[in-house]
This record gives sequence, structure tokens and C-alpha cells, in this order.
Amino acid sequence: MRPFWSGTITFGLVSVPVNLYPANRSNKTSLRMLGPDGEPLARKYYAEKTGKDLEADEMVRGYETDAGKFVTISDEELERLAPEKTRDIDLTRFVKEDAIPPLYFERGYFLTPAGNSEKAYRLLAEAMKERRDVGVATFVMRGKERPVAIFSDNGILRAETMRFPDEVRSFKQVGLSAKKTVSPTAVRKFETLIKRKSKRQFTPDKDEAADRLLKLAKKKQAKPSNVVQLKDYQRQDDERPAIDLIQVLKKSLSGRK
Amino acid sequence: MAARAIWKGELKLGTQKLPVKLYSAVEDKSVRFHILDDSKRNRVKQHMVNPESGKEVEPKEIRKGYEIEPGRFVILDEEDLEALKPEPSREIEVREFVPIDGIPQQFYERPYFLGPDGNQADYFALAQALENQKREGIAHWVMRNKEYTGALGGQGGYLVLSTLRNEGEVIDVGKLPKPAGQAPTKKEIELAKHLVSMLEGEFNPADYKDEYRERVLEFIAKKAKGHAPRLAAVKTKRKTTSLDSVLAKSIASLKKGKRAA
Repeated sequence: MRPFWSGTITFGLVSVPVNLYPANRSNKTSLRMLGPDGEPLARKYYAEKTGKDLEADEMVRGYETDAGKFVTISDEELERLAPEKTRDIDLTRFVKEDAIPPLYFERGYFLTPAGNSEKAYRLLAEAMKERRDVGVATFVMRGKERPVAIFSDNGILRAETMRFPDEVRSFKQVGLSAKKTVSPTAVRKFETLIKRKSKRQFTPDKDEAADRLLKLAKKKQAKPSNVVQLKDYQRQDDERPAIDLIQVLKKSLSGRK
Repeated sequence: MAARAIWKGELKLGTQKLPVKLYSAVEDKSVRFHILDDSKRNRVKQHMVNPESGKEVEPKEIRKGYEIEPGRFVILDEEDLEALKPEPSREIEVREFVPIDGIPQQFYERPYFLGPDGNQADYFALAQALENQKREGIAHWVMRNKEYTGALGGQGGYLVLSTLRNEGEVIDVGKLPKPAGQAPTKKEIELAKHLVSMLEGEFNPADYKDEYRERVLEFIAKKAKGHAPRLAAVKTKRKTTSLDSVLAKSIASLKKGKRAA
């Protein structure tokens, strides 16, 4: 599995080359589209007018400036448009771990050391851990700029991509009415309730929908006509089960190439 | 302009019930591109084909399979999928509360603002109570045929409900080994901590602007008029190595910068 992004974290004049891998995975056991004889199908682009299937090099990206009018833009142009400072994660600001409202967080990634950077990597992780700090920067990944917060988590650097402030609405923008004076009795009523039902830790849920799906599939496979068995079936790299991601991370953290 | 509520529900906390409206708290401002046919510059469409024959398979002929083992699919029909859908409900049930820092950042997925749908007094009282207690409620609800878990918190006097990822969607850092390689020395750690402390400050979201988005849109506007500027090729940066001297130099240059300011 190839990293999602490869680049350098810098703080001061120190640079830490890293590889970035997803830390979240979609747990939705998505269903595969099969043809009438059970053959797995592929999704293809085709030209609307001619009906001809198109390969990747026969397509371009277009921005619609007016209805039906497009300006095309190439991968190279998009790459060259990225501001120089956003090609790396340049940590020019550190904030306390709890300083960022969760509203901003979007997706998590693990960073692993690349190209003999283990010492510098461990140094940054240790310094941030001891100060209980997270580093903040913006960077461009896969054609999009994102603010990012770098956390030191159990010796590992974790990146949480964030939303830009203009992507987060305000209560006023949404049109919520102004705050009314709040009755202390009503607040106390809720405080009592909150205290009574408080727990110290959050326990994440199991994916019950996925469990139900598996249970149903197990039941249905008893009938042979419900089952398609493929011979010599080769999976695509990006379809491999999530467990492989942990293997990839273990390998790249332990310095094995 | 006020936003439209995307869903209406009822918060249930013990015996208390509180009708609310749900609004998206975020909007994606990414530049949206269309995929075009390069020769004709027309929009393209997608369809499903048999990869061996290249033949299109009509949507009504497509069957859905659950891959129970590699290469082994169990066919599920519409009726099966219908039976898997959760029972529709308007209830957002809050069963328990945890301290705000009891939920790791990795679980937060998508925030919604809640607005009062009638009972304003209780709405603002609940938001205030959650803020006072520095706690978030763990909520469960069904919205548009999908089950959600969320964190209900008070922020600036209002209620925010963020969807939370489930256990399988977050890779537990505890399952990963610590990075190998040479350990930094005590002196290096002290220097690095000093460097971090010099760069420490407040989190100010307004400091972060999507310059890339602006540059892409500007470039497109110029290209539309027929004069796209020439773009310089991307340079690869050289890498610095010796850690000790680099740390000391970083601190020295930051100090100099501060004095000059």
C-alpha cells in the first residue's frame, strides 16, 4: 500500500520526512455490484454523446464558468498552483492540546518516519508530548489545501485535517434566534440530570449495521443459489481489508522497508 | 440568509423531551471540477460494465453481493436490504454524559447545529448546563435510514451535535508499535521543547486561509479570458540532517526575529 501523501514536517530548521496513511477507515461493508451471472462489475466513464468508454488519459478536469462552458485545468497546473509553503507541513504555531474546538476536525492520518528521519521524528513527538502541545499548519494534499493539527499520540505523530474557518458556519449564519435569558432553575434541572448520568470515559459503539449485514449474509449463504464463488479472483489494492492498513503502519513504524 | 433545517427531531434526556431542528454546521468550499471528455469537452457519465467483455450491464440487471470470504459473494436482494434498514424515528436519545476531553478527536466526524423547535427556555438551559458541567451527552438517533452516534455539547449558548465514528472506523494507536530508530538525547529534547515553546500561541482559526483555493479560482478566471499565466515548475527542497546544530540555529534565529520585532 502506498502512502496517501509523502512530504516533510518542519519545525524551526528541523525537517522530518514522513509518510502519511489514513487513521480512519470506512467500516461500511459496502456491497459489490455483480452482473447477471455473478461477475463483479467495473465502473467506467463514457462519453455521453457517443456512448464510448473513456480511459483516464482521455478525460480532463473542467471548471464550469458559465452554464455548459468549461475551463480545463491539468494535474500539472494544479500541482504548480500550490503555494510553496503548503507543499510541506511547516509547523510555525503550537497550541495546547485542548485549544481546538472539535468542530474543526475532519479526518485523521498517521505519520510514519521516512528516509532515516526516525530520530527527528521521535524528537518532535517527545517535545510535543512533554509540553502537551499540538502543531498547526496548512498543507496541500491531493489537490486540496487543508489546515492540519499534528498530535503526539503514544509516541506516534497523528495528523487531523481540519476545516477552514469559512467552512464552519456560525449560529447567526444559520439563523438561530438570539439567546434568551436562561432561568437558573432550568439550568440546575439539567445539571442534576447530567451529573446523575455521567460516565468518565466514552466507549465507542460497535458497528451494529455491519453486524446485522454479516448475520444476514451468513444465513443466506446456506442456499447455494444465493452464492457466487469466483475462481482466480484477484482483488484490487484499494479493496483489501482494513487489517492490512495496520500491517502497513506496523511495518513503516518499525523501520522495515 | 438563514439556513434551512435538514431534519427535525426530539432530544430525549431521561423523561425530558426537547424538540429541535438540525442544521449543517459546515459547508465544503472545495473547488468543484467536472470530468470532461478530452476530445469533445463534453461531460462524461458513468456506467457499470463487465470488465472482461467491456459490455454495459443495465442497472436493473445488477445484483448486489456481500463478500463473505475473498472471492465468495452472497447475493442480497432489495427485500433483504430493506429489512436491514433501521426503524425510522424522530428521537435523539441521550443516555449518558462524558467529560469533553473524554472523547478523542479522532471520533468526531460531522458537526450539526441544533436549534430550538418550540421550547426555547429548556433549549438554552440545556446548552448552558452542558457548558457549565464541561460535559457532552452521547446521543443515538436514526436519520435518513442510517443510525448515528453523536456528541451533544453546548457552545456559545447553543447546542452542537457532532456525529461520532464507531469503533471499527478509528484505528487504535495502542495497536501500533512505537517508532524504531535512534532515540533523541535529553539535551536535544530540551532544545526541541524550548523551540516548541517559542512557537507556542493561541489557536486562532482566522490565521488559516485557503490560499490554494483562491489561486486556483484566479488562474481559472484568467484562463477563461484566454491569458493563463505561466506557472513555475515545482522545486524539490533539500533536506537538513544534523539535528543538534539545527535545533540551536532554529532557536537563535527565532530569538533574533523576536528582538527585531
